Amino acid sequence: MKLVYTDVLVIGGGLAGLRTAIGVKKRGLEPIVLSLVPPKRSHSAAAQGGMQASLANSAMGSGDNEDVHFEDTVKGSDWGCDQQVARMFVHTAPKAVRELAGWGVPWNRVRQGEREAVVNAERVVISESPEAHGLITARDFGGTRKWRTCYTSDGTGHAMLFTLGDQSIADDIPVMERMEALSLIHDGNRCFGAIVRNLVTGELTAIVARATAISTGGYGRIYKVSTNGIICEGTGMALALETGVAELGNMEAVQFHPTAIVPAGILTTEGCRGDGGLLRDVDGHRFMPDYEPDKKELASRDVVSRRMTEHMRKGKGVKSPYGDHLWLDISVLGREHIEKNLREVKDICNYFLGIDPAEDWIPVRPTQHYSMGGIRTRHTGESTTLEGLFACGESACWDLHGFNRLGGNSVAETVVAGMIVSEFIADYCQSGKSEIDIPTALVREFHEREENRINALLQASGDERVTDLRREMEEIMIEKVGIFRTGPELDQAVEELQDLLKRSRNIGMSSRVAGANPELVAAYRLPKMLKIALCVALGARERTESRGAHYREDYPRRDDSSWLKRTLATWPDADAELPRLAYEDIDVMKMELPPGFRGYGTRNHLEHPDTTARQEEVERTQKRLEGADRFTLQETLMPFEQLLPERYRGRNERLEEPNSSA
Amino acid sequence: MQANPWNLIMTETAPRTLTIKILRHNPQDPESEPRFEAYEIEEAPGMTLFIALNAVRDRFEPSLQFDFVCRAGICGSCGMLINGRPGLACRTLTSKLGPEITLAPLPVFKLIGDLSVDTGAWAREMGERLKTWVHRQEQTDVDQLEERMDPDRAEEIYELDRCIECGCCIAACGTARMRKDFVGAAGINKLARFRLDPRDERSDDDFYELIGNDDGVFGCMTLLGCNDVCPKELPLQTQLAFMRRKMVAVK
Repeated sequence: MKLVYTDVLVIGGGLAGLRTAIGVKKRGLEPIVLSLVPPKRSHSAAAQGGMQASLANSAMGSGDNEDVHFEDTVKGSDWGCDQQVARMFVHTAPKAVRELAGWGVPWNRVRQGEREAVVNAERVVISESPEAHGLITARDFGGTRKWRTCYTSDGTGHAMLFTLGDQSIADDIPVMERMEALSLIHDGNRCFGAIVRNLVTGELTAIVARATAISTGGYGRIYKVSTNGIICEGTGMALALETGVAELGNMEAVQFHPTAIVPAGILTTEGCRGDGGLLRDVDGHRFMPDYEPDKKELASRDVVSRRMTEHMRKGKGVKSPYGDHLWLDISVLGREHIEKNLREVKDICNYFLGIDPAEDWIPVRPTQHYSMGGIRTRHTGESTTLEGLFACGESACWDLHGFNRLGGNSVAETVVAGMIVSEFIADYCQSGKSEIDIPTALVREFHEREENRINALLQASGDERVTDLRREMEEIMIEKVGIFRTGPELDQAVEELQDLLKRSRNIGMSSRVAGANPELVAAYRLPKMLKIALCVALGARERTESRGAHYREDYPRRDDSSWLKRTLATWPDADAELPRLAYEDIDVMKMELPPGFRGYGTRNHLEHPDTTARQEEVERTQKRLEGADRFTLQETLMPFEQLLPERYRGRNERLEEPNSSA
Repeated sequence: MQANPWNLIMTETAPRTLTIKILRHNPQDPESEPRFEAYEIEEAPGMTLFIALNAVRDRFEPSLQFDFVCRAGICGSCGMLINGRPGLACRTLTSKLGPEITLAPLPVFKLIGDLSVDTGAWAREMGERLKTWVHRQEQTDVDQLEERMDPDRAEEIYELDRCIECGCCIAACGTARMRKDFVGAAGINKLARFRLDPRDERSDDDFYELIGNDDGVFGCMTLLGCNDVCPKELPLQTQLAFMRRKMVAVK
């Protein structure tokens, strides 16, 4: 048995994983990053539009700060998020942008003087102040009250990922490429690393670590059409689930992005609409103002995606051999703007659709995009139930996004969570708690189990084909666990997925190569993906309300009185065909922003019994502290600073808030 | 707008039968010999080589190796020789090619198997050797206003920062075939990017140490295959010439 020891095993080499590894390395620990692909190929590279941080440099961001970003994020989440985590996040996001600026990300900058922009289909003139010249600028995104999304053209994820990738080389951090974790080594209480497989040679290695961090992104590929890269199969979350101990949170919260191209499902950034692009129907009519008179195309993604689907159901979609779609019109922005700020979009239109978006409208429809749910962790990133296991980024649920994530908040979350969680991992590793005293017999047991599993698969001669089962799963998810959900369909989905899980135990393989073997890889990932799909479908079936991206046509109201809680899924019995669900209440009495109307979508929620009391309490505090600065008020309502690592507690300087008060 | 050209692409009738010829070899298997194998599939509207190769794997050859991640022309995983020319397979529409399509792995790089090559190890080695990160003494104070940068300069840096390290320029490079340590257009462009960056404190003397030799700017034979094939249309010709001029000026 090949055995490697390290301080911190980071599974996943995207933005969250790399920033975590850099963080622990800076604290003097030895990390190893494990990655399915070369890290710069990670799906983080596909993030286009930008990351939110309340720098407030540009004229349209004037007056922005942590408070506004916090409120937008909580409303976006439909009150499903952990408000303390949201506070930690909005406080650290400006630091993350500035850190990345120091490392070389070429953020677009404010240019003093007047410039033209398109807002609400009209050309307006924006005047930037000389004081802001050369500072980091921002664009508009959905569900935000200020222009807050920092960007580099529409290649923000690429620029960030390459900067962090190169920084990890500068810091001499080893990356094991083309390696896949098959299972976590644990004793039911504590995680000790993972059994990993070399995807080229097939060799298995046991990596024993004081701390293990999972940052493997989302599970978009359990759906037939997704904007996600093809490696986003949720297998990282499944590693945690298959311990039987670690919990997954809110797996039914799945985001559909309004504007992926048809039929390929490739994303065109929200920056298209943020910069002034419009949605049009079969008649060329701009329909969003009919549904959302206030935010129009820039309501939150869950709302826009539902409105688009609703509009297509009324027969207003454009017919195509690949089903109905709508149009995204960015021709209104002009060629110069597109070629400078939306060049990836232009490339995608050119190569995949054969059109020029400066002239032609883009065929789009809502498509699976993001997993709000993930490995349930505390604010430190550590699993609530399995010591020594950490998670951050899309694969985690600490829980910043609740039931809907704002555009620009996920790219920001990757690096912010990496910054914060790496500090807690380092604290853990530098405390006595992290000492490892496991017998090698336990490591061997896990190693043998994986070895046997693979050998059995290589010999498997059952009747079922992996690709068929997988296709069925993808169809079920898109047909029955999509944007609009109903009880009967979800019942069917759960039943059919269970059946697929059973059938997946009767696979037949045609390729018996022990080394590089795509069929084998698909075969051992399939049950993992099915278990994740079951967590999503069962969570959705049980949640008899509508919140954020989870929309039940049979329960269209947000029901705070019964459902202001987080779904927790575990899989205690490996042979079972369903996860076990439990629920965790979200405490209204501790909220800084008690539940209310989001300002977009439909206003028809059922109140939680504590909401009025908490609302009155908040108002009393606001009145009592009238005239106090915003920091005092915030701290009185919901203290969070003590939760942050010490080095990130400082106040963020802005032009409008010089850092003398710090 | 109903005459959108997309409609025409998607509704093309009379599907063609495509013959996909793939150069296959598995270096892990001592009995494997490099050979071409051909597969026939029916073309679908809007089909890309990503879709076509998955169809081949699904129907005929479950062990066929190739690399895709984003399948959107962004991540750089799927560089290969498409009818002899380096390019990104994921964003190549089969409709732009003839009915017989020949695919081979990118040359120069270590072969993993079939169409999969190890561009990851190459990129890491390039980063280590050319020290492709911002070199500066001062630590950023993340609580303070960020350092200002000229907006045009930021855009110029991004222009060069768009390289996705797909390896197409190396596969198209005559020098790289002859000199295994040649840094290639990707490496030289990358240093041009850091040279342009006011945050990087390195001087031309420092860059000369890295590329002022025949494995660097002076090895380039100016055949400029790199410039012809770069999927991101980076200004490689200009950057090669520019860096060579700057390096010549170093005493």
